[in-house]
Amino acid sequence: MLAIVFLSASVGCKTRSANPFPASGAVTGWEKTGDTRTFEAKDLWQYIDGDAEEYIHAGVVLASTSEYKYQNQVEAVVDVYTMGDATGARTIFEKGQTGDAQKASLGDAGIAYAQSVVFRKGPYLVRIVAYEDTPSTQQALIALARGVEARL
Amino acid sequence: MKSRREFLINAAASAVLLGASGAAEEWALAGKPSHSFPPRPGEKAKVVIARDASLHGPTTALDEQKVLNLLEKALAAWTGRDKPAEAWKRIVPASVLAGRVIGLKVNGLGGRGISTHAGLAMAVAESLQQAGVRAENILIFERDTWSLGSCGLSVNTDSNRVRCYGNDKSGYEETPVACGPTLVKLAKILTRECAMVINLPILKDHEMAGITFSMKNMYGIVDRPYLLHANNCNPGVADVNAIPAVREKLRFTIGDAITSVYDGGPGFRPERLWYPKALVVGADPVAIDCTAWQMIERKRAEVGMPRLEAVGRRPDYIATAADAAHRLGTCDPQRIQVVEVQS
Repeated sequence: MLAIVFLSASVGCKTRSANPFPASGAVTGWEKTGDTRTFEAKDLWQYIDGDAEEYIHAGVVLASTSEYKYQNQVEAVVDVYTMGDATGARTIFEKGQTGDAQKASLGDAGIAYAQSVVFRKGPYLVRIVAYEDTPSTQQALIALARGVEARL
Repeated sequence: MKSRREFLINAAASAVLLGASGAAEEWALAGKPSHSFPPRPGEKAKVVIARDASLHGPTTALDEQKVLNLLEKALAAWTGRDKPAEAWKRIVPASVLAGRVIGLKVNGLGGRGISTHAGLAMAVAESLQQAGVRAENILIFERDTWSLGSCGLSVNTDSNRVRCYGNDKSGYEETPVACGPTLVKLAKILTRECAMVINLPILKDHEMAGITFSMKNMYGIVDRPYLLHANNCNPGVADVNAIPAVREKLRFTIGDAITSVYDGGPGFRPERLWYPKALVVGADPVAIDCTAWQMIERKRAEVGMPRLEAVGRRPDYIATAADAAHRLGTCDPQRIQVVEVQS
């Protein structure tokens, strides 16, 4: 298990590295409560067995995940999938959309529900899910998503 | 109840790597239960759906005492015996009750929020103990420590109490076995420790399989389940349940339909969460899954979603499990008796 993860992804003709997970306090109210876990494509089944094939077919390279807590009220998990290219991220993003999603101004495209936010940015697909539904959950998730987006 | 739950939740995660302790158990030595599956000609496979609308709410915690009460009501309906101790005698052979290890296979793969509730696992452990099973002869298990944590369970290897750990601690057999055309290694928890397994899956929509419940939960006892996902997990699910050690030891299902996802599974999708607040109980895993499939379809219809077949995810592995090559149970509605009880 790694405390810090560095993602490397080809973006255009250059390669950039990023740790997409904001540190505690970097986004107001959010604390990072767990270590980051990473999974290469061949091991993704260990994290999302059953969903893994869908991501593998779309060209996932790496998945990383970490847990957060908002003001000791809302617990959430942030999953960052690094795909081979933006097409792969779009494939997963569009497949997961449903009619009741609200558009969110995040990355290249984003959607929000009461307890979850999903967005894509270049080759990255980010899913943030909260375990509690409170009046502030959605806005808090969007704020955390913006914190992740800024690091990609 | 509370104290037993606390020992798991609070127990420090043990670093003890468990060896291959205990001799291999054969169901033939333990004796056969009074029921059979597939059902004999003229008999029906009984599936009990026990509901309690007050189990919990979206913002309130699960009432563990009510889970225990609902479990005992479900067992009574399935066995026809009102006293839990008598009910268990109809489910677990006397030789197993007397001193062999009973495994409780939970499912934590979906992550927090959509995993078998710890409260259910503890209720089953509690009820078994009230029926005379010693705590040390109950072993709650899953694939790994993380998945157990998703259920709200912590590792406990203290042999004086109900134990709880994953295949990551006890390992897999060295010699692979045939699972249809695939070779897999079986978890030592199944092959060496448990005389019988009670299945505690959680009801979910599944991106590939269509639904996951009783039989699909057995992917957690092989080392490389991803090898069995092709063609909507068909015949992978049927094949893994037809492995002799699985067929012999997996004898009962107490399915968690307290919380479910009707779409977007098997992971946690709060926007597709649903609270059936039910337990689905029976011995025939095919009949159980057939019943669970219809529960998911009814919910999807209720919210205006297409049937699983229309989105290319009909769970055909259920019919495969009932075919002449597998004979794991029945999916013929005429041969399934669904009994609904309310608490």
